[in-house]
Amino acid sequence: MNLKSYLKEKFISKELDAQLDKIEKPVGSLGYDPWGFNAETNKLMLSLYSNVYNKYFRVQTDGIDNVPAKGPVLIVGNHSGQLPIDGTLVGYAIATRKKAPRMPRAMIERFFPTVPFLGNLLNQAGAVLGDPVNCAKMLENNEAVIVFPEGIRGSGKLYKDRYQLKRFGNGFMHLAMQHNATVVPVGIVGCEETIPAIANIKPLAKMLGIPYAPITLPFILPAKVHMNFGKPMKFEGGDTTEEEVTRRVEQVKSVINDLIDKGLSERKRLF
Amino acid sequence: MTKKQKPTVLITGAAGALAQQVINRLRDTYQIVAVDFRKQTYLSDDIPSYQINFNKRVFEDLFRKYEFDGVIHLGRITSSEETRMRRYNANVLGSQKLLELSHKYGIKKVIVLSTYHVYGANAYNPALIDETAPLKAAELTMDLIDSVELENLANIYLWKYRDLNITILRPCNIVGPGVQNTISSLLSSKRAPVLAGFSPVMQFIHIDDMADAIVLSYEKNKSGIYNVAPEDWVSYQQALELSGCSKLPLPSIPPSVPRFLAKTMNLKIFPAFLLNYFKYSVVIDGRSFNKTFGFKVKRPLKEIFRYYKEMKS
Repeated sequence: MNLKSYLKEKFISKELDAQLDKIEKPVGSLGYDPWGFNAETNKLMLSLYSNVYNKYFRVQTDGIDNVPAKGPVLIVGNHSGQLPIDGTLVGYAIATRKKAPRMPRAMIERFFPTVPFLGNLLNQAGAVLGDPVNCAKMLENNEAVIVFPEGIRGSGKLYKDRYQLKRFGNGFMHLAMQHNATVVPVGIVGCEETIPAIANIKPLAKMLGIPYAPITLPFILPAKVHMNFGKPMKFEGGDTTEEEVTRRVEQVKSVINDLIDKGLSERKRLF
Repeated sequence: MTKKQKPTVLITGAAGALAQQVINRLRDTYQIVAVDFRKQTYLSDDIPSYQINFNKRVFEDLFRKYEFDGVIHLGRITSSEETRMRRYNANVLGSQKLLELSHKYGIKKVIVLSTYHVYGANAYNPALIDETAPLKAAELTMDLIDSVELENLANIYLWKYRDLNITILRPCNIVGPGVQNTISSLLSSKRAPVLAGFSPVMQFIHIDDMADAIVLSYEKNKSGIYNVAPEDWVSYQQALELSGCSKLPLPSIPPSVPRFLAKTMNLKIFPAFLLNYFKYSVVIDGRSFNKTFGFKVKRPLKEIFRYYKEMKS
């Protein structure tokens, strides 16, 4: 018995196994898809993650059924917390929801594929290199894709700037319009408190070839996470000016801001 | 000259296993003339076979003698063979000669076999690379320049001489009985090197399926550039496991270490210039070919790896 089979037997509960089997995720004959997703590794990762999701971050979701059961979807959220914990929590929530679970794909920074072991592991768990071509091809394949239009600007922000949305890129809106994808906004509250950073050592980040080098705690705090999913938004395609695209992006950003405010008002305490 | 009974096809790279498969599929319908840059291969009494350098003047005599109707150019010297200069002469200048002669003698169909290597392997590759993607291999390694240049050349002729009806095929890893490329050698070996912490997604096509794809593209005659790959994927390390190989992990960081090891240990099976293909995925989108030619592979991945596993037992 190899390590993967052993871990699978030991950690994957029957309920989660059955739950994940309900998801219609097209894969090849050996359980892989073109982006490196592997059905077995994904099950294992989600199983190992269930305690993190349920017991460590005690995630509370609202409006999760706003993510359509089928068709191309972009789940657009606020990015925070130095590590892509927010993406994994959104992914877990949608993959394990009771009604019509889906296997959403998180777009990750270009830095990750170069990291031994971690890059492959993230790919096998369903994360995909954040490249517009990948996103477009996945939407063509009717996948649900998690995007954080703030990018590094969002995840690398300092604790003093928490819950202040940085500039959104317009790329996701172009993709939504081109591929007739539904946009589902999500406001994530709690991840800012998981790894609060007080400063970023830019020269060190440059030297190491990483996006940022934060001064922070060497562990992840167990903040309680609230995720509020907004109503699905549709945007007409066609020949649209960049000004109009920016206006639409601002519209999504404004909804996310409202969802963050909702989460902050729901929150009783940080941990 | 008496009227030909069958159309005549020139097939290059005749010493290779793939060319022989293609010849077997076409020999009943076409008069085949086989040539190879490397060696003369006996195929059968009814198939003339030549060892010839395309850059020599006598090559044109074949065009005069046989009045070819079509050319299937499979004779690309792979990067692990010969020196860089000889490869350039054979693959680029030789191919140019072949295409010039094809135009001069009014050939109506040319197939050029390329490789997915032309896209180049780097960390930022998206998956399902389609035919419009830039060819980055030459930027990443000098050893693949001839492969990229051969493609560029075929492209120029594709647009310059539309009557040649050139079809360029970019297949994923071709594997199976008789194949002697790098990946097939790795799957055949008992102990295969891997880069620690990296197991890129790969695509494999069985030699029989690839031969079918070539024949189909020749007969359907739709010019253009096409990736050829099944809609099935597997990680490199799992491919090795399924083929019954044990893994020999090489340190992967910093990148100079595995390159140094591959060079100093003279690992021909794991050539230094291909190391990035064992680190980063180069997953191509073969759907355009499948749709245009109505192609579907017949040999699944499990069957391919079973062959390599059984070969070892």
